[in-house]
Amino acid sequence: MDEAFLETKKLHRFFGGLHAVNDVSFAVRRDTITALIGPNGAGKTTLFNLIAGTIPPHGGEVHFGGRPITGWKPHAIASRGIARTFQTTKLFLQMTVLENVMVGRHPRTRSGFVAGMLNLPWTWREHAEIEAKAMAILEDLGLSQYAGQTAANLPFGRQRVVEFARALATEPTLLLLDEPAAGLNIYETQELSELILRIRDRGVTCLVVEHDMSLVMNISDDVVVLDQGQKIAEGPPRTIQRHPDVIRIYLGENHVEDPQS
Amino acid sequence: MNSAQIIQYCLSGITVGSIYAIVAIGFNIIYNTTGIINFAQGEFLIVGAMMAVSLTKVVPLPVAIGLAVVITTVLGGLVEVVFIRRVRDASVLRLIVITIGVSILIREAMLHIWDEKVRSLPYFTGTDVSTISVMGAHISPQVLWVLGVSAVIVTGLTLFFRFTLIGRAMRACADDRMAARLCGINDRWMVTLSFMLSAGIGAIAGCVISPVTQTQYDMGAPLAIKGFTVAILGGLGNSIAAIAAGLILGLLEVLMMSQFQAAYKEAVSIVVLLLILVFRPSGLFARRDLSSLRAF
Amino acid sequence: MGGRRYIPIIVATLLIVAGQPVLWAIARPYYMTQITMSAYYALVVIGLCLLMGYAGQVSLGHAGFFAIGGYTSAVLTTCNLLARQNEVPITCFRSLGLLVERQDLYGQAMLCFSPWAAFVAALLLTAGIAFLIGLPVIRLKGHYLAMATLGFGLIIYRIVLGAPVFGQADGISNVPPFELFAGLEVNGRPPYRVQNYYIAWAAVLAAMLLAINLVHSRVGRALRSIHQNEEAAHSLGVNTFQYKLSTFVLSAVFAAVGGALLTHYNGSIGPSEVTVMKSVRYVSIVAVGGMANLWGALVMAIALNVLSLRGNFGTYDDAVFGMILIVIMLFAPQGLLRMPNLRWISTWFSRRSYG
Repeated sequence: MDEAFLETKKLHRFFGGLHAVNDVSFAVRRDTITALIGPNGAGKTTLFNLIAGTIPPHGGEVHFGGRPITGWKPHAIASRGIARTFQTTKLFLQMTVLENVMVGRHPRTRSGFVAGMLNLPWTWREHAEIEAKAMAILEDLGLSQYAGQTAANLPFGRQRVVEFARALATEPTLLLLDEPAAGLNIYETQELSELILRIRDRGVTCLVVEHDMSLVMNISDDVVVLDQGQKIAEGPPRTIQRHPDVIRIYLGENHVEDPQS
Repeated sequence: MNSAQIIQYCLSGITVGSIYAIVAIGFNIIYNTTGIINFAQGEFLIVGAMMAVSLTKVVPLPVAIGLAVVITTVLGGLVEVVFIRRVRDASVLRLIVITIGVSILIREAMLHIWDEKVRSLPYFTGTDVSTISVMGAHISPQVLWVLGVSAVIVTGLTLFFRFTLIGRAMRACADDRMAARLCGINDRWMVTLSFMLSAGIGAIAGCVISPVTQTQYDMGAPLAIKGFTVAILGGLGNSIAAIAAGLILGLLEVLMMSQFQAAYKEAVSIVVLLLILVFRPSGLFARRDLSSLRAF
Repeated sequence: MGGRRYIPIIVATLLIVAGQPVLWAIARPYYMTQITMSAYYALVVIGLCLLMGYAGQVSLGHAGFFAIGGYTSAVLTTCNLLARQNEVPITCFRSLGLLVERQDLYGQAMLCFSPWAAFVAALLLTAGIAFLIGLPVIRLKGHYLAMATLGFGLIIYRIVLGAPVFGQADGISNVPPFELFAGLEVNGRPPYRVQNYYIAWAAVLAAMLLAINLVHSRVGRALRSIHQNEEAAHSLGVNTFQYKLSTFVLSAVFAAVGGALLTHYNGSIGPSEVTVMKSVRYVSIVAVGGMANLWGALVMAIALNVLSLRGNFGTYDDAVFGMILIVIMLFAPQGLLRMPNLRWISTWFSRRSYG
């Protein structure tokens, strides 16, 4: 097995009395797609938020690219190369699609308050670069005709893709996708899975929280199963599909077949 | 400092503290049903007292106070119907600015209706020189009135929210507006009612404290700041904790006054406010990780 | 680059230059005094507009920063150090050229800080205080932030009223004029009227230029992203806390510049500049202008302040601002200039090509 690219070690997180993430250790290999599945309330999104730095863990560690990033703030984690999308898309609705993606260039550019206020010549060059890069990403994802539109006016499915584009603009090496197929129809889901595969083939490791089992089984290289805050299984899709605990939490006790048969 | 002095200080701290607590409860009632901090809360106290002062010239004191409370209650309802109802899903910033505007309008209206003069209601029993001796300390009977009325308000509100149908409906709205509406509760009316209720108890508090602290058109804002400090100290929305917090702030103020210049008395509550906002915005008595789940 | 955004600045410059002889010609030179004072208040509004409209953070304490700027300038340029001129820090200041000798109204010799030194000190002090206050406060949101900034403003008010060094209820008067360069001074006396009209407006235009550049820059984009969705902005590598704090400090410094210059212009400053009502007034002007609309805020700052200073609102001065706040927030939360039948003004002015 390759060296782990992202690794969590014994992560814990409480909300009041609720042990939302309980002693979760798992690893994501470089250049793979790993799916994180589990029933509602299993702690998937909490785990995501712990990795992305949105909330600090109450115990345990997160390592990325061999170095600890535990307790880092989201902006620092984004600068290290982890980008994310949200379960309910969080676009900057009053900005244009192009501007949304341009914000994504933030961690890779540097002009600050003083340079901005004085409109220094070197910031013009940087601005042109930001715009060109953002436009290139939009073209790549087939969004260039929407570039000038206000994000709020886009149909839901397109907003999802804009959020992807915005995350990719940060040049991540790891992309966290929180239920990317939620609310999409089967054609859009199909497009989405092709997109995720394409992103992986360009060297962006993906960690996906997803409910759509066909999507998970089709695209992922590894699957991690959470239930009630704990990891209950981990492995390639084929093994997970036959894992008795997984079948039990998804289908109920009666469907567990005799492992011998 | 002898024991009589200590009791004297404590009692005056408890007196102002209980008024702060009632202002804070006024904040909480509206906050719970709407999520709005009503910056005009302090003005309700002053309107009530001013109104009562004017009415005492035509009717006896108890009637004047009763009328003043009723009028202020109606005013509270009007504020909601005219200004707040239109902006149901507005941003927090917009709501803040609107209630600040309302407080300015009420204050300026008072300036033009009455004037800048300091007024006060007569003492409810006795005069400003009559005292009651408690364990060697001399206190004004009005202090007992303040404490008694505060206790009645708090008990009354507790009973109202716990045992009456309307009170329960208001609690339901506070808990989950949508669910309450689905149960057939008229949530708009409940919001109006919450404004009326907090205006009404504000007016009562304004009247009982008027003989002690006197009343001027621009005293609402400082009272609101203190009430808000107490509300935050107890944890926004938690009225029982607000009582404890009110007493803490009242005693703290008196303690500071006995040690430092009176000019800095005002600063005490603001410093407490800033400290609590910075270190424990969810209140002294709340669990931090639970309240961080709130929207703001 | 982005030349179109400078068109309004050029138009504004032409209007200002044309406005002066017009005012003079219709024999209203004293209008110029009010417009000059309004221009200094407009500096506060421009800064607050950056904070509220773009970074999305409310401040009900900006009169406090205005006062820190004004009072620092006033104290440093009016304190007489003559009696202590041989003490070590004073001699140091003197050799650094920070002190000037002048005569007070009665011909007494005085040794004070030069207005430039006082001005720089005022800005540094304001920035420092804004930073220290912002460090805890800017983490708060919504009502909490509003109340905390309000509390800050009240504390400054109490300090000004209570401390003898700030003149308590009387404030500080006899603040000397501020000679910017040879022959150019911030001075409120009638012979300097025209000169000061241009000085004040040059300051406003400079502030507008800096603010507009900032809004269109990478930082401006990040600020707007924080305003619209803080969590998303944070996840895209925007250090939201640092950006909000920097904007807070920046807007405080804008306010302090206004405070310091107006104090030299008026020759005095008093506690009435520090009241909560003043802070509320700045907020209401930004709101009327349309929150994220620098030109709207500027136009409203001039219009409302001139009317207010001329006493057109009479005893209803505060009530007018209260009414404005409510009406705008109820019926036109996007600001007066964005109302349907007035929208042409804003499209003409703002041209939101944020690229």
